Amino acid sequence: MEGQIMDHAEVSNLTGKSNDQHGGLISLLEDIQAKYGYLPEEQLREVATDTGRSLVDIYGVATFYRAFSLTPRGRHLISACLGTACHVRGGPAIAHEIEKQLGVKAGQTTKDKEFTFETVNCLGACALGPVVVVDGHYFPKVSPSMVKDIIDKASTGLDTVEIDTDQRIFPVEVSCARCNHSLMDPSHMIDGHPSIRVTVSFGSKHGWMTLSSLYGSYSVSTEYEIPADMIVNMFCPHCHAELIGGAKCGDCEAPMVPMIVRGGGVVQICTRRGCKGHLLDLGGATID
Amino acid sequence: MINLNINGVDVQVEKGSTLLEAAQFLGFPIPTLCHMEGLSPYGACRLCVVEIGEEPNSRLVTSCTYPAQEGLKIRTASERVMRARKMIIELHLASCPQSKVIQDLASKWGVRQQRFKQEHEDCIMCGRCVRMCEEQMMAKAIGFRGRGENRTIGTPFDIKSEECRLCGGCMYVCPACQLRCTYNEPDKAICNGCINLAPPCVEKDNFHDMMCYMDPCVACEIKKS
Repeated sequence: MEGQIMDHAEVSNLTGKSNDQHGGLISLLEDIQAKYGYLPEEQLREVATDTGRSLVDIYGVATFYRAFSLTPRGRHLISACLGTACHVRGGPAIAHEIEKQLGVKAGQTTKDKEFTFETVNCLGACALGPVVVVDGHYFPKVSPSMVKDIIDKASTGLDTVEIDTDQRIFPVEVSCARCNHSLMDPSHMIDGHPSIRVTVSFGSKHGWMTLSSLYGSYSVSTEYEIPADMIVNMFCPHCHAELIGGAKCGDCEAPMVPMIVRGGGVVQICTRRGCKGHLLDLGGATID
Repeated sequence: MINLNINGVDVQVEKGSTLLEAAQFLGFPIPTLCHMEGLSPYGACRLCVVEIGEEPNSRLVTSCTYPAQEGLKIRTASERVMRARKMIIELHLASCPQSKVIQDLASKWGVRQQRFKQEHEDCIMCGRCVRMCEEQMMAKAIGFRGRGENRTIGTPFDIKSEECRLCGGCMYVCPACQLRCTYNEPDKAICNGCINLAPPCVEKDNFHDMMCYMDPCVACEIKKS
């Protein structure tokens, strides 16, 4: 769990951003959640000291919203819908079966930190009910007997894209740090490998960008030409959350974008066009 | 001064007062659990509902949060108000059947039935303790956590808060007569546990009892004797 400890400067960095405008607590908590995947107690206390708010208020907000979690989330998120349509079609039986299979109650994470199970009140896909969503993949018309299969599929990886690894420069397969959905785009090849697809926005432009998945390659193709040295905002094309972390590029000080590498680890890339700042952290061992 | 009409009586009340203050000042009884002098109006318990405006456009509002307006017609005990109020008492009684305050209210307002499943909660979420802690004790040690049916009152992370001075104010103001401050584990709570024997009381030489609601307090009695 290296890299899970944000030093004080980083939280101060985040809080400093919101100090000028009053409020902004939720976006601050979102930043911390994006960084850690959950809201650690220590960081909440730090937010309280830095913003001058009382811990009670911050804790109240953090526990109010379902988007925030006070416990570490698993690698895979399983959401079972218990909305009205799914409920009458047997949603509770499916939720119960998932709880039984994983050995955790709704809202909890398995001991091995592989799965987090939660129930949701509606996923907006009532026609597909009962619906189970795993890492952004929708499983329609689920029956309790299908649950085991879904969990097995999730643990082997739902977005597995076969990639030859018999080369010296190795391709990485990444997913969104927020929704865990794969960012790989097999329909768009760069350097002969499926590319990494993100949404970018800069100035008034908003469009897609695909990056080479080969670590060390800087080939990209974009919908709009990005001017050199422009810092862009990157978003997950699936959950539309902004891909942000607390880290700064070592070369140019621009914010770095974290992506989860399948098999463990985080790759961070610089958001400045033309900057070659990369950081690959495969569970402790950092390769620059 | 603002002219009001309460239950058909033309009255004058001071500018800035709420309907509840006006009615209580003039002697119209309105029950309330969440309102307390010295704490900000909250409108959580809904017991103080009154009917304002003319039929058929009249509506129910919580009098503790509604400011007095010129020419407003208020009925504090109309049939509609009584029906709503009794229902609210019945609901409170279902969530906290052991509370003497709520039992007394039910008896006083003629609630003779209990149609809802008794929850045996110890809290009606009136927020008195939270406001007491924040506004009078300047501590902000406790607050609301969670949402919906999982909403609870307590300290962040369910551990003893550094801001809590064990003043007991939260228990003093609680209409459901339950513990708020300190731990969420009953065996560690300050009531009955004589934890007042521990700091802050005993170790401080001149403990100022002005900001303490622990009464009777074991530590104080020992020191006096």
